[in-house]
Amino acid sequence: MTIIASLIFLGAVGLLLGLGLSIAHLKLAVPMDPRQKAVLDALPGVNCGACGMPGCGGYAEAIVNANMPVNKCTVGGQETADALAEIMGVEAGEAVKQRAYVLCQGDKETCPARFEYKGIKTCPAAHLIASGHKACTYGCLGLGSCVEACPFGGVTMGENGLPIIDKELCTACGKCVAACPRGIIRILPADIPVVALCSNRDRGGSIRKLCKLGCTGCSACVKACGEDAIVMENNLPVIDYDKCTACGACVEKCPTGAMTG
Amino acid sequence: MIDNETGWLLILVSSLLVNNIVLMRFLALCSFFGVSNEMETSVGMGFAVVFVMVIASVVSWFFYHAFLDPNTVYAAIHVPFLTWDLTFLRTASFIVVIASLVQLEEMFLKKYLPALYKSMGIYLPLITTNCAILGVAFLNIDYNLNLLSTIVYSLGVGFGYMLAIILFAGIRIRVDRAPIPQAFKGYPVAFITASLMSLAFLGFKGLMGL
Repeated sequence: MTIIASLIFLGAVGLLLGLGLSIAHLKLAVPMDPRQKAVLDALPGVNCGACGMPGCGGYAEAIVNANMPVNKCTVGGQETADALAEIMGVEAGEAVKQRAYVLCQGDKETCPARFEYKGIKTCPAAHLIASGHKACTYGCLGLGSCVEACPFGGVTMGENGLPIIDKELCTACGKCVAACPRGIIRILPADIPVVALCSNRDRGGSIRKLCKLGCTGCSACVKACGEDAIVMENNLPVIDYDKCTACGACVEKCPTGAMTG
Repeated sequence: MIDNETGWLLILVSSLLVNNIVLMRFLALCSFFGVSNEMETSVGMGFAVVFVMVIASVVSWFFYHAFLDPNTVYAAIHVPFLTWDLTFLRTASFIVVIASLVQLEEMFLKKYLPALYKSMGIYLPLITTNCAILGVAFLNIDYNLNLLSTIVYSLGVGFGYMLAIILFAGIRIRVDRAPIPQAFKGYPVAFITASLMSLAFLGFKGLMGL
């Protein structure tokens, strides 16, 4: 008798709850755009966040609901932008190919170590000990946290202690940017003609003693530029690449060699 | 042990510290280890667990006392044919009720509280099969708690989970920065860390006479 009673009871509970859930599903349904699934399938699915959205799901939702431009995926590139444009029925636009740049030239010779570091061999750990073992407290520590962070194998540690970024493998996903405790790595357009490879935000000649190739903030590049494309921000040159004509005047006038082209 | 006469402060201390659901009772371990890689996800998961746990405990309490063991209710009215004893069905029916409840909560949140859904909605399916929810539902029955004590107890357990996971996430982020031997990377060192935390929480035994 108890067996039958329990069977009937559980069966009734299950049935009622199932019906209740089905009704709730209809009444509490949030209308979702059917294109969102197609957009999500067209995205690479790496969930790196380079587009600025929380993962591919977030970007798909932003494209469908918030009219976000379809060319933001740096991992998928132009191919993905075109596929998304087809689904959404919009113009693809130019997917600007970007890549990561290591804004530091302070390798083992140009920027010597202040002390011998015997601690945990990761960059965030080294950065915590007396602002790191390099003479320049803004410079690259060379312990390779960026190398570990790259999911595509695009970052390798050079022999001189500076990371090298492979132009082909880099997808500008931004994981190395997040891994660097000093913010030395930056994502910039892939085909820029000049860039200042220094992250030292201090001013003045004292930097020459720390690193032979460091930027002193002298603004010679600003004065040299015929197009007014460079402004100084935090004692570092910021180049407006829309105005830059790749004339190379700033590279010539740079007294330290920080500006590279 | 807790019963209906225990004050709410003692219930909270017992469920939060002395008998912490993760570190002392070893429940809810899969979500504990799975989500605690980053601080943000841990905080979100903690809030989601508190939210689901309180509602699930209350609903299962009602379900138990109305349908499975109505003796307590109907005995007062002295209606003999409306009393039965289906208490042995509590495992199966609690699971069904809790699973449906979490589904309902997710739909409700998605429709009416989208901001809350964005912050912790993705963890709700993870909690459906979280053994802590079922565990607390059982404990409420075992301790014969009345409705108010049930609410306080499940609040305490939920916040105990949140405390444990936030502490654990903080330690785990720092441990991951250190050079761990390859064989221990990831879950092995996480388990060792959690067991050391559990040892630390043993120190709460006997606190306030509990």
